[in-house]
Amino acid sequence: MREGDPFIRFDWIVDNLDAIAQRLGEHVVMVIASVVIGFAISFALAMVARRWRFTYAPILAVTGTLYAVPSLALFVLLIPITGLSLTTGIVALVLYTLLILVRNIVVALDGVPPEVVEAATGMGFGPAQRFWRVELPIALPVVVAGVRIATVTTVGLVAITTFIGLGGLGYLIINSGTQRFFPTSIYVGVLLCVVLAVAADVGLERVQRRLTPWARARSAGA
Amino acid sequence: MELFGEGIAWLLAAENWTDPRNGILLRLWEHVSLSAVAIVMAVGIGLPLGLWIGHTGRGAAAVIAVANLGRAVPSVGWLGIVFPLTLVLGRAGIGFLPAVIALTALGIPPVVTNTYAGMREVDADLVEAGRGMGMGEMELVRGVEVPVALPVILAGVRVSAVQIVATATLAAIVGGGTLGHFIVQGIFVRALDRVVGAAILVAMLAIGTELLFSLLERRAVSPGIRGEPRMTPMDAQVRVAPPAN
Repeated sequence: MREGDPFIRFDWIVDNLDAIAQRLGEHVVMVIASVVIGFAISFALAMVARRWRFTYAPILAVTGTLYAVPSLALFVLLIPITGLSLTTGIVALVLYTLLILVRNIVVALDGVPPEVVEAATGMGFGPAQRFWRVELPIALPVVVAGVRIATVTTVGLVAITTFIGLGGLGYLIINSGTQRFFPTSIYVGVLLCVVLAVAADVGLERVQRRLTPWARARSAGA
Repeated sequence: MELFGEGIAWLLAAENWTDPRNGILLRLWEHVSLSAVAIVMAVGIGLPLGLWIGHTGRGAAAVIAVANLGRAVPSVGWLGIVFPLTLVLGRAGIGFLPAVIALTALGIPPVVTNTYAGMREVDADLVEAGRGMGMGEMELVRGVEVPVALPVILAGVRVSAVQIVATATLAAIVGGGTLGHFIVQGIFVRALDRVVGAAILVAMLAIGTELLFSLLERRAVSPGIRGEPRMTPMDAQVRVAPPAN
């Protein structure tokens, strides 16, 4: 930023819309890839934790410890294994989703009233059918709550991948913003991160309401 | 994989610790002091605010909405937001000051939301009973609500502290030094041994913080409610988002 420049240069924003859109696109792709892969792994881990209860505490301990590791450190510590690559970014981001998702899936499924499970069994549901058609739908709101938290968290973490050369909106905040002392780029990056996080949060909540119409009917009736 | 060895070798070399201008000891001190000041300030602001909205219910919706929006700001975003202050503050705007402002702002939302969530979970009958016994408002907060809500409040403080210690690493980009200095500079000049070494140290520091505050959490729970919490820290975290670091 040069002496006398306005604090926010709207002309720069207009001139660089393509570049900004590209960073936004990178950001979204990394968030979706990480949350989808993270969910698949977490779902499997949650099934293991419920089937063999003694594994739950160690799973939480390991994922919880990973969660406390600062993201910049984790990205860096993965470089010796996967190099300065997209893989490094995605692996780290996936690891961060595990704690939140595993815990929410297990808590959600544990929260299904036992009498409902029993009723389903009494009606002749087999274990698999009972899981997919009774337990999972009832657990869905808490599961989706976990996905929302994981998604918002990941939106913030993706910004840090710019330190290992991946970019996303972090590129606007760090590389073309802070390092070049250019506030316009910083604020565009931060604002888009917040908008993305809020949009994902609200969007997922809407999806959850669509998927569980009975919950809405019950709360409206109460 | 040999990079790990190089990183550990860098950590074990005594001369890397003692350099008065860029030694590990100096950076560690910067990291810890910066984090400590930010944690104290985040709790100092977030706790009274959370207690106030939790006790009175006044302004709660607005405060929680702002806090949730604050959680959507990426950790590195806080540093970015504060950084242009250097334009106004000149020399004082580089280093400690913008870093401590950013880290405090980052640390407040988890404290506020958890304090509020904890206070809301307190059984209304308990508060009524206290009132019936002639307790004043302050006494109710101190003697009834806080002890019951303490596990959830402290979980918020722990989340906030870990996030601050983790993000202090990034303070290096605004000239705040800290252990992140080795990482940011090291990536820039391709000295990966110190990048990996510092990352190991930062990870240990953050995990240490997590353990320290977990211990505090377990210690500080009132004996009267130990063993049968109404709302465990884990329940609180399932409902209230733990932030990214």
